[in-house]
Amino acid sequence: MNLTLFVWRQKNAKEKGRMERYEAHDVDPDMSFLEMLDVVNQDLIHNGKEPIAFDHDCREGICGTCSLTVNGIPHGEQKRTTVCQLHMRHFKDGDSIYIEPFRARAFPVVKDLVVDRQALDTVIQSGGYVSVSTGEAQDGNTLLIPRHDAEYSMDAAECIGCGACVAACPNGSAMLFVGAKVASLAQLPQGKVEAAQRVCVMTETMLDQGFGNCSNHYECEAACPKGISVKFIAKLNREYLKSLKE
Amino acid sequence: MILDGKVPSGPLEQKWENHVHDSRLINPANKRKFRIIVVGTGLAGASAAASLGELGFNVDVFCYQDSSRRAHSIAAQGGINAAKNYRNDGDSVFRLFHDTIKGGDFRAREANVYRLAQLSGNIIDQCVAQGVPFARDYAGYLDTRSFGGALVQRTFYARGQTGQQLLLGAYQALSRQIRDGKVQVHTRTEMVDLVLVQGEAKGIIVRDMVSGGLSAHAGDCVVLATGGYSNVYYLSTNAKGCNVTAAFRAYKKGALFANPCYTQIHPTCIPASGHYQSKLTLMSESLRNDGRIWAPGGKGDKRPPSEIPDAERDYYLERKYPTYGNLAPRDIASRAAKEACDEGRGVGATGRGVYLDFAESIQRLGKAAIEERYGNLFEMYERITGEDGYSTPMRIYPAPHYTMGGLWVDYNLQSNLPGLFVIGEANFSDHGANRLGASALMQGLADGYFVLPNTIGTYLAGTSPGAVQKDRDEFQAGMAEAGDRVARLLSINGRKTVDDFHRELGHIMWEDVGMARSEESLKRALAEIPKLRSEFWESVKVPGEAADFNQELEKALRLADFLEFGELLALDALHRDESCGGHFRVEHQTEEGEALRHDDKFSFVAAWEYKGNGKAPEMHREPLTFENVKLAVRSYK
Ligand SMILES: Cc1cc2nc3c(=O)[nH]c(=O)nc-3n(C[C@H](O)[C@H](O)[C@H](O)COP(=O)(O)OP(=O)(O)OC[C@H]3O[C@@H](n4cnc5c(N)ncnc54)[C@H](O)[C@@H]3O)c2cc1C
Ligand code: FES
Repeated sequence: MNLTLFVWRQKNAKEKGRMERYEAHDVDPDMSFLEMLDVVNQDLIHNGKEPIAFDHDCREGICGTCSLTVNGIPHGEQKRTTVCQLHMRHFKDGDSIYIEPFRARAFPVVKDLVVDRQALDTVIQSGGYVSVSTGEAQDGNTLLIPRHDAEYSMDAAECIGCGACVAACPNGSAMLFVGAKVASLAQLPQGKVEAAQRVCVMTETMLDQGFGNCSNHYECEAACPKGISVKFIAKLNREYLKSLKE
Repeated sequence: MILDGKVPSGPLEQKWENHVHDSRLINPANKRKFRIIVVGTGLAGASAAASLGELGFNVDVFCYQDSSRRAHSIAAQGGINAAKNYRNDGDSVFRLFHDTIKGGDFRAREANVYRLAQLSGNIIDQCVAQGVPFARDYAGYLDTRSFGGALVQRTFYARGQTGQQLLLGAYQALSRQIRDGKVQVHTRTEMVDLVLVQGEAKGIIVRDMVSGGLSAHAGDCVVLATGGYSNVYYLSTNAKGCNVTAAFRAYKKGALFANPCYTQIHPTCIPASGHYQSKLTLMSESLRNDGRIWAPGGKGDKRPPSEIPDAERDYYLERKYPTYGNLAPRDIASRAAKEACDEGRGVGATGRGVYLDFAESIQRLGKAAIEERYGNLFEMYERITGEDGYSTPMRIYPAPHYTMGGLWVDYNLQSNLPGLFVIGEANFSDHGANRLGASALMQGLADGYFVLPNTIGTYLAGTSPGAVQKDRDEFQAGMAEAGDRVARLLSINGRKTVDDFHRELGHIMWEDVGMARSEESLKRALAEIPKLRSEFWESVKVPGEAADFNQELEKALRLADFLEFGELLALDALHRDESCGGHFRVEHQTEEGEALRHDDKFSFVAAWEYKGNGKAPEMHREPLTFENVKLAVRSYK
């Protein structure tokens, strides 16, 4: 099939960007979205033009590196799918596709479709962990964790840290990302000890980093390639309230 | 040169404890005067950097991704082994040790493997304490499953995302050290060279992948945790950015590269669908428990699978290996699939695939049972291929997956260059000629959390902290050389892209240095790779500028090293005139087609020394002696 692409091109963080039009010919339905871009890039290079910069690494939906907004939706329309796992069979001959970076105040553009998501790491660094040093641990089975709690924690821990939730949110909020980490640790006995302090400092850092607040649009859950539930935002709020009482 | 692995004396069970006891310690007040460079933030690098920071050292840690959490370890699915014997099913440190040595086809160092088994339990404890949500049973105890042909259930897991969860645990430990100012993290920063000062590793040259600027970092020692080199095959299950550059640059500075020919091919990957294919995706091997593998009996059979009657199907694994059948080991299953395709019996549009058929299991157990066991894998398969694996057989094909070879290290995980330590998949140490499932995660974390923090002190205690600063000539020379390499790549402006060349290299490696190697194929590869390399340096086209975010340039720098490294891999494979583990020389096989070792001639580690541009590398040996296990022949009939 043949497609028309409108792609965001931006030289660097300082210069202004713009949409540019490209034709993608003979696109194979079995290609992944990123492979389609690879082929477009090969043509650009052969024609002496600069290829389109985009982030990717594992190409199997787990590292959270790929970060394209496709037709206005982070990772594209297909549910629970990172853009590296999106395949061209979901498009049809003659389609126009708009490809932009993840857009959010906290994610400045580095180049073309590549953004800087350092702010997410900064939030984790502020307190998204259990403060245990190597060597301090006791036998893993001395700590019994009900299966339900382990599963709940895992549901939240599946977050791949891609930032689609932030890009999808009209407020550029990172509350699904932060909620997932807070909830996953707060549900476990190991994480309870520091739960109050953790939720406070992570919430503060989140606001410092330029992320907005949640006003219940639920776009984050819809865009999340791992289907992380907004119930973890509720859990974040509950944990936050609890911490105020302490 | 005969290499000394510096294995401590004494009984196997006490070596590690005695060694830790004999190691030199550094006064806590002095630890903060040392600066350690760690390259890599996968399981090995992140766990090491965090643990070293906790000890009080200053650490600079580097990765090429935009966040340290994205290292390729994140993709590991199956699980992690540990000899906890929670199941009371006969597991023990000795059994895990024995399985690993045997699985590695008797080509690993006994003392290292025993230590790995000893530390395996501590890893689980540490990860639990960090909040890794391992699977639990209804009573709240840790759950385990069996994996990779082991007869005991010693594999701990977190759904199908064990690597992700373990890496997030290490990443979070690392994040805590970053907050405390003990660790500085440098993301989107690629190591392009190692710096030696008077023969000792004292720093690295890096390229800032956003600005394109080159800079030098000096430290008291350097730790490489840069992962494996499967991408020398172009198509592999590794992430796109995985590369051999850090290890290969160290090799060119004098570090020995051990057993590069030991590579592992995974049998159950989703086949390539066309020339544009950019990577391959692995599906858990557990599928082979209920799926039957077959290819059409006749050549060029283009009928859809449903129209091929049972009598005209060849369930080749069941036919050739009646006892293990579809569960034959990875290397055997992989080779058999390639053979069927080479005979013209492959399926799918490209003819490079065989069927993995669940029809019989579905009939026997019901679709719901299969869905419960493998639902997520069927979903992944459908997402990629657009086909429904329940109603039509899946297509699978082998793919390069893991590399057992790596930089040579002694018992302290130190290379032959003082001050250069190598951990995780980047070293050669624990898996011999073949790695067992769920053992790479174990090794990376054992190295990073427990081994390195206890062995690095002996080297550091003999140095004076901060003795080397980056204003020295060696750093200036390293920067100039890296700058020249970048400039040269950009100036060629030829006709073919980096990907064109990488695909060609991959083709040579896969066809001639892949899962079945012969003297003839290896000699062919050794003739073709240098030709391709000269062509690359004459006619590659790398667009853009040096001082910019330039992904083509990143790829070109990595490929330049793969083009040299591929030759070393082929040379090692030619030299090792035996079959063992993942290294299969067609000249050496039993009547059943099993690998035939030659212990009398090849019971050693081959460690290669770089001798200069255009010169043949020199091979050194570390003899392998087995005092605690009996060498045996594998049999899966
Ligand atoms: C799909 C898949 C599934 C797997 N499943 C399992 C499993 O179930 N169980 C198991 O035990 N093993 C499994 N493995 C193997 C295992 O995941 C790896 O061997 C292991 O994670 C490697 O860890 P590492 O820390 O050594 O390297 P990696 O995780 O590869 O990390 C390498 C690090 O080095 C950095 N780096 C590399 N080069 C440079 C450079 N030049 N400059 C700066 N930084 C650099 C990278 O940024 C990265 O941070 C699997 C592997 C794959 C591919
Ligand atoms: S590239 Fe890793 S999730 Fe898409």
